[in-house]
Amino acid sequence: MTTSPVQADARPDAMVVDDMNPDTGTSQLWGLAAEFSTPAAIMEAAKKVHAAGYRWWDCHTPFPVHGLDFAMGIKYTILPIIVFFGGLTGTCLALLLQVFTNSLELNIWAIVPVVGYQFEVSGKPLISLPAFIPVIFEVTVLFSALTTVGGMLFLNKLPCLYHPVLKSPKLKRATDDRFYLVIESRDPKFVRPRTEELLESLKPDALIELEA
Amino acid sequence: MTTLPVDKTTVEHTSGRSPLVLNHTSFGTVTSEICRVNEAKKPPFAWYATMAISSCLALMLGLLIGYLIITGVGVWGNNNPVMWGFPIVNFVFWVGIGHAGTLISAILFLFRQKWRTSINRFAEAMTIFAVICAGTFPGIHIGRVWLAYWLFPIPNQMSMWPQFRSPLLWDVFAVGTYFTVSLVFWYIGMVPDLATLRDRATNKIKAVSYGIFALGWRGSMRHWHRYERAYLLLAALATPLVLSVHSVVSFDFAVAQLPGWHTTIFPPYFVAGAIFSGFAMVLTLAIPARELWGLKNFITLRHMENMAKIILLTGTMVGYAYSMEFFMAWYSGEVYEQFAFINRAFGQYAWAYWIMVSCNVVTPQIFWFKWCRRNIWVLFSASLLVNIGMWFERFVIAVTSLANDFLPSSWGWFEPTWVDILTFLGSFGLFMTLFLLFIRYLPILAIAEIKGVMPEANPHAGHDHDHDHEEVKS
Repeated sequence: MTTSPVQADARPDAMVVDDMNPDTGTSQLWGLAAEFSTPAAIMEAAKKVHAAGYRWWDCHTPFPVHGLDFAMGIKYTILPIIVFFGGLTGTCLALLLQVFTNSLELNIWAIVPVVGYQFEVSGKPLISLPAFIPVIFEVTVLFSALTTVGGMLFLNKLPCLYHPVLKSPKLKRATDDRFYLVIESRDPKFVRPRTEELLESLKPDALIELEA
Repeated sequence: MTTLPVDKTTVEHTSGRSPLVLNHTSFGTVTSEICRVNEAKKPPFAWYATMAISSCLALMLGLLIGYLIITGVGVWGNNNPVMWGFPIVNFVFWVGIGHAGTLISAILFLFRQKWRTSINRFAEAMTIFAVICAGTFPGIHIGRVWLAYWLFPIPNQMSMWPQFRSPLLWDVFAVGTYFTVSLVFWYIGMVPDLATLRDRATNKIKAVSYGIFALGWRGSMRHWHRYERAYLLLAALATPLVLSVHSVVSFDFAVAQLPGWHTTIFPPYFVAGAIFSGFAMVLTLAIPARELWGLKNFITLRHMENMAKIILLTGTMVGYAYSMEFFMAWYSGEVYEQFAFINRAFGQYAWAYWIMVSCNVVTPQIFWFKWCRRNIWVLFSASLLVNIGMWFERFVIAVTSLANDFLPSSWGWFEPTWVDILTFLGSFGLFMTLFLLFIRYLPILAIAEIKGVMPEANPHAGHDHDHDHEEVKS
């Protein structure tokens, strides 16, 4: 193995050339994976990799290991804030919809001419807020829930039907009973011998090369 | 039991609680035992038998709906004054069944009731299929089904809008939201398990079809972090939602002026009844499922017992509501209200009322006894009785008040026609067909979640720093 270029300008492209797989000579190294068989082991490993200062790395586990996200130094997600605004949109939209369709005689143009209608029911006020609450509530929940799911998928960049981790048959047990710690080659600190040494020091069950 | 490592999260030795997963100490065996249900070459014979019956019933439902649309609602027993016959009774019945799923997945999740993990997936599936059945009935009850779009605020040629002060319209929004949120909750919960099935797939078709629905899930911890947050948010959103849905359904009745309907007790009473019937249906489905597919290690007697306790609690709440209705009728001094309740218990529909009371109030009381909570046959029979009782509750509420209201000259008598009865039977066919397909092709238990509640999943269990795989000494 050749020595890697200067670490500071370790561009992913540079690494690719450097880490050409000697066996095939064609595939590019995307990252290195270490396999563990217990949650405790991956927790310990994650703490060490985090302490070593890596940024482009991840753990793949069959279930969320309690506390592993914070051991990895993952920042708390902004999802709840997005959901709040999603819900707020629902609240406002439901209120406007009901006021427009039942309380006002406004003319608007939304592809077709749309006119509101003033429903007079049992002499109740035109804007009868209490009667509008159930629909406001339901639409708020609907928008919040859809924002939660959509936001979670968007932040996770899912669906993602192609990924080096999915490509490798050796990592299939990540959805079964094995725990993998993957360091990507694009990490500025990724220097193959040194990274390999770090992963070996974590005493994994196996060390796996991932190709892009 | 004593061989399992001691772990505070599942085994509380002070109270002597049994573990949630039996006979498994490794994650791999959990995966393969649950996936066996989907991966078996052939399902058990009982699956084919029930599938044959239920798909025929579902087909019959389709034909009857066709007959109804071609002929008109006159084919039903609905009349004046009983405008709400079987369709609305069935609607409320099915929506009620649909409540247990979200209760188990959302409310029990927020209360950190870890035993929910073994039953939440198929309870959620049951919810979705029950809401599909529920949605069918008001859809066809409107008479001219081709005008169903009038229910939604869509700009139209008449420049007319739905009337948002009507509880019937609230219902459209409540049930619509409930269905959508339950569906995404169910699906998102299933994504990691679909990935498991994808990774275990033995042929290309399975791998691709599970793969598409698994969205490329790869168990990344960065994904899990947001996923867990999203799941918690969905649970927090679904909790008030599940309580609101049956409240809104009860408003359909309570906002009307009819004696026996116009009461403030309806929302909590309906919600308790819905949870009651939903849990009964979970038991009805879970008991045969765990026998046929050998899931007794995951759906243990402890789970059965917990469900029986919830049935006891909610059944007693329903019983309290029945008696409180009588008390309020007497206390209000309102003669029509008093008549409505005496008429329910001793009038022309007294038989329905006493079926309701014996099934809903008396039956669950057997669950005070531990033996009854742990006997499969008792549990199964009780759950069937509760299902019957809850259908009659809705029948009693909807029909008696309409048949005998204020003015004796406008009283009537409701009798279902053969179309009514067969349509109701057909809805069971639709429900069971969907449920059997679900059991065969989708992960029936929440695999990832079950692994998460095993004592072995705790990163601090057997936390030995030299990282070997010795068994934990307790």
